[in-house]
Amino acid sequence: MKKDLYKYILGIADNTLILGQRLGELCGHGPSLETDIACTNISLDLFGQTRNYYQYAAQIKGGNTTEDDIAFLRKEREYLNVLLVEQLNTDFAYVMVRQFLFDVYHLLFLRELQKSHDVRLSAIANKAVKEVGYHYRFSSDWIKRLGDGTEESHQRTQNAIDDLWTYTNELFHQTDTDKSMIQEGIGVDTLKLKEEYYKRVSEILQKATLQIPESKWFQKGGKEGIHTEHLGFLLADLQYMQRTYPNMEW
Amino acid sequence: MIVEKINIDQQLITILEQVSDPEIPVLSILEMGIVHSAIIEDNEVIVKITPTYSGCPAMDIIGDDIVDAFKNSGYKAKVELVLSPAWTTDWITEKGRQALEDYGIAPPLDAEADKEVLIGNKRLVKCTLCGSTNTRLVSQFGSTACKALFKCEVCLEPFDYFKCLK
Repeated sequence: MKKDLYKYILGIADNTLILGQRLGELCGHGPSLETDIACTNISLDLFGQTRNYYQYAAQIKGGNTTEDDIAFLRKEREYLNVLLVEQLNTDFAYVMVRQFLFDVYHLLFLRELQKSHDVRLSAIANKAVKEVGYHYRFSSDWIKRLGDGTEESHQRTQNAIDDLWTYTNELFHQTDTDKSMIQEGIGVDTLKLKEEYYKRVSEILQKATLQIPESKWFQKGGKEGIHTEHLGFLLADLQYMQRTYPNMEW
Repeated sequence: MIVEKINIDQQLITILEQVSDPEIPVLSILEMGIVHSAIIEDNEVIVKITPTYSGCPAMDIIGDDIVDAFKNSGYKAKVELVLSPAWTTDWITEKGRQALEDYGIAPPLDAEADKEVLIGNKRLVKCTLCGSTNTRLVSQFGSTACKALFKCEVCLEPFDYFKCLK
């Protein structure tokens, strides 16, 4: 039970850590000052949420484990984030589509996590859900602007949707850990969110004059620690300081 | 709007009033509404604060500043973070709202109005310089996580708006 809870928390927190890191890469590189600041602001929210989860996980693990150990000192296969969040910042359309596809899920997920029997997880969700409401508003606005924008912005956004769509179904994939936590009344039964998720995503895509991909083939693996080639590079960046100068602090 | 407060020992209030958010120095943490409780237990002050945003980098500094402020007044203090109930902008006091405006940050509107201005439907945020409500949203995300960036169409100055969080 304790081990399951630990793993379950990592499954949630690794999503926000890795997506936060991807967005952080845009710091100083955003397409405009306002979007640069927006993306890094969202990144900061996600890191804050991640810390809340990792602090809890470190406590469960016990011993001398700290939040930093969990964030910086695991191997690639020990990260349990979904594949969607580790995908590259190919262009701004990819950044926004990845964000949008995650935000819709994240919002639905946190609303349910607020009802968790685990008081601490419920409190973290209660805080985070307010922040994610802003993220969702930002990314869904951009999807509409880009999709219903110029010919080029439309095409690029459609390309991003077509490419990233294959990672959406994994959001609802349930591992053994998920199942046991759902039974305990701690975890969120994500299968129940699936219909609402695709409904909401489709509504926005339609408003954005974008096509909903028809492909029924979906990629998964991240939640079991099997990642795309991109995560290793991301971690090399993320972990560099702690690996090079162990225990360093700001 | 103002929350029925809270569990704070009277004698500690003047000390807590000295601590402010480093990003918004005009506002004490009491006016900001982030002090959940402050009590003396076994000769130690235990202050519980609740973060405005999960990732607010000011929280660590505020925690250190609280410990310092109590140390200067001869107390030993410990700061704990509480997440629930989650902070809302409704906990900013009237005095705090006025201080924000004087400092150049438009105070938060209520949730409904906030939504309208942040999707650009309505112009309700008052310019902190000239007072006009003919203002335009430039970006939903501003210089810190809690603020959005606005521009006044009358005096043409940019200013921050403190987003409603509820």
